[in-house]
Amino acid sequence: MTIVPFEPVPALAGGILIGLAATILLWLNGRIAGISGIAAGAMEEHGGERLWRLLFLAGMIAGAGAVYVLWPAGAVLHSGLPLWAVLAAGVLVGFGTRLGSGCTSGHGVCGLGRLSPRSLIAVITFMATSIVTVFVVRHVLGVAS
Amino acid sequence: MIHLVSIVAGLLFGAGLALAQMTDPARVLGFLDLTGRWDPTLVFVLAGAVATTLISFRFVLRRPRPVFAPAFQLPTRRDIDARLIGGAVVFGVGWGVAGFCPGPGIAALALGSVVPLTFVVGLAGGMILYRFTARP
Repeated sequence: MTIVPFEPVPALAGGILIGLAATILLWLNGRIAGISGIAAGAMEEHGGERLWRLLFLAGMIAGAGAVYVLWPAGAVLHSGLPLWAVLAAGVLVGFGTRLGSGCTSGHGVCGLGRLSPRSLIAVITFMATSIVTVFVVRHVLGVAS
Repeated sequence: MIHLVSIVAGLLFGAGLALAQMTDPARVLGFLDLTGRWDPTLVFVLAGAVATTLISFRFVLRRPRPVFAPAFQLPTRRDIDARLIGGAVVFGVGWGVAGFCPGPGIAALALGSVVPLTFVVGLAGGMILYRFTARP
């Protein structure tokens, strides 16, 4: 196994920013920063319950955009997949995160932070499944994803 | 104040994802691909995020209530059931195919590329599909 060039300092700093975002949302508003739950609620809820979720999601896009403006070298996206596969993957992620009550942020960042056994099981399960999936896609099917 | 907090938390969350390059599916797939050329980026991101919440949540959840809301709204279930496992499996397959989970997929909309846009359309579609077929 070889290791690709990567930047540990921005990665660690980015992770800490994500943790701080989850901290202020819980400390000040009493809410878990689980993005799949927030996204679903933004579609299903009404009034103030919808508004805070829409504002959070808009903030996420703006926050990422601000980093790209200040650090254009970071504004990269590599994907070798056909768009129909990206769409299908999106459907699986949307359905699966609702069925399993969370994603990388809700179960990962927040659930592990709360020492939730359900979240630990969920994280182990989706990590293992995604590792197997990447192996099948890249090394069995030979798709340069 | 709740709404201002939501915007600020969202800004920090999105900035963190972009700074950590989690909005590039190649970084995520490179981490999940253990047999190829491995990309350790996600280890540092998750370590930074979980180390922060492990420490901060201990203090936050010791308080009687959040600052601007009447009560903490936390998941109360403790049981491991088939929906939790099945959902995590379906999510893991989608994540392994696209290299996007919900947060990075939505934050990557800022790139103006058709790839995250397509992912987010699918994401919304999958959530709507769940709502009308599988919600208890």
